[in-house]
Amino acid sequence: MSTHTKTIRTLTDDITDITMENPDLCYQCGKCSAGCPIRNYMDEAPNLIIRYVQLGLYNNAFESRTPWLCAGCQTCSTRCPKNFDLAKFMDALRELALKMGYKVKEKNQLKFHNAFLKQIRNHGRSYELGLVRDYKLSSGDLMSDVDSAPGMFLKGKIGVFPNNIKDKESVKRIFEKTKDKK
Amino acid sequence: MMDIGYYPGCSQEGTAKEYDKSIRAILKVLDVNPVELDDWSCCGATSAHVTNHKLALALSARNLALAEKQNLKELFAPCAACFSRLALTQCELKSDSNLKTEIEDIIENKLNGTTEVINIVELFKKLGSDKIKANRKVELKGLKAACYYGCLLVRPHEINGYDDAEMPTSMEDIVKATGAEAIEWNFKTECCGAAHSIPRVDIVIDLSKKILDDAKKHGANVIVVACPMCHNNLDLRQKLIKREYKSHEDIPVLYLSEFIGLSLGFSQKELGIDTHYIKFEMPELKKKESEVTV
Repeated sequence: MSTHTKTIRTLTDDITDITMENPDLCYQCGKCSAGCPIRNYMDEAPNLIIRYVQLGLYNNAFESRTPWLCAGCQTCSTRCPKNFDLAKFMDALRELALKMGYKVKEKNQLKFHNAFLKQIRNHGRSYELGLVRDYKLSSGDLMSDVDSAPGMFLKGKIGVFPNNIKDKESVKRIFEKTKDKK
Repeated sequence: MMDIGYYPGCSQEGTAKEYDKSIRAILKVLDVNPVELDDWSCCGATSAHVTNHKLALALSARNLALAEKQNLKELFAPCAACFSRLALTQCELKSDSNLKTEIEDIIENKLNGTTEVINIVELFKKLGSDKIKANRKVELKGLKAACYYGCLLVRPHEINGYDDAEMPTSMEDIVKATGAEAIEWNFKTECCGAAHSIPRVDIVIDLSKKILDDAKKHGANVIVVACPMCHNNLDLRQKLIKREYKSHEDIPVLYLSEFIGLSLGFSQKELGIDTHYIKFEMPELKKKESEVTV
């Protein structure tokens, strides 16, 4: 009889694959949102995002700014009475939202991450000058930090040249292989 | 001389050069030899784990595999974010053998999970306050330090078992060994906004301002940190905080290693403190220094 039972895979399963915990664990106590340092800047409370996923309202979860504003401080994950790792859940939401082609409302966040990862892919390590250059060019945010930059150069805090690792190719291959294995 | 694997992290080659400089200086005095992980690469923080889970695991795992090959049993990562990513990766791969096999395939290396990743607070806790006291040349009297842990040195508890997640005290014990006072305050584990520093600096200004204010309110005259990102947000961003809040008064922010270094007799220059945005002055040395310098 049980052979007839067919499980339909949902996006919740994709999220669980990444977080290794089921969002249904959450009983909506709201402790995560109460302690969240970024809650004031979010459009929706973190516990509401979990609720969306529990109800299958995935669009609402993926379109929200909230996952993109989560700073990953893990205060929620530490305090959750059900031990649900909400910070990791937010990571999973961002990853799946990108994979499914959702438009990211916090555009500069994504541009920053892309600019950062580009440096690692090219050099094996972060190259701050390249990061700032690529971020500014993609975001159009040209004026921020222009007054801090000269001082940082003078103090030798920003290197002019990137630090390339010896086996750059091994890092490039990691990027290649994880491209489709999200 | 005790050998310990050392993973400097990208920031220590750039905006946090002084963190690396001061760590190397003080470890020498404390009889610890940092063996730099050969050909280490970026751990991926924060951008990798917020966009691609397997990329994040693989970038960190590459370094863990290198550490095993280079026989480094312990890997000291002074950046809180690097520490967190490396330790969490180790933790996650240990608990899921299928995932481990998949990541091994991606990094083209085997992983035994034998490397213990440790952070700077843990390292000094292990070395012991007595070691600092025994090598102390200057008693940092007059300094009232607010020890700031931020997020990743206490959370999650799985990798930060060395102290309590909500009310840690390890850094205070280390700071007291220098002769300074460690004040009680409320914001030691609050978030500074971390990687929002560039794309959403408005959030960082608000959060950092609250942290600085609480430290000052409780009598601190210096903040001690152990993370390049926290340092950037609390030190450099005071420039923007001042622009936003005219009444803001500067408070210097030192790395834990710089703080210890001062008590071991190093000069500000030897520790790289002179590269900070907010100028630091030793309270009781104020007079002397102004006499010496032109």
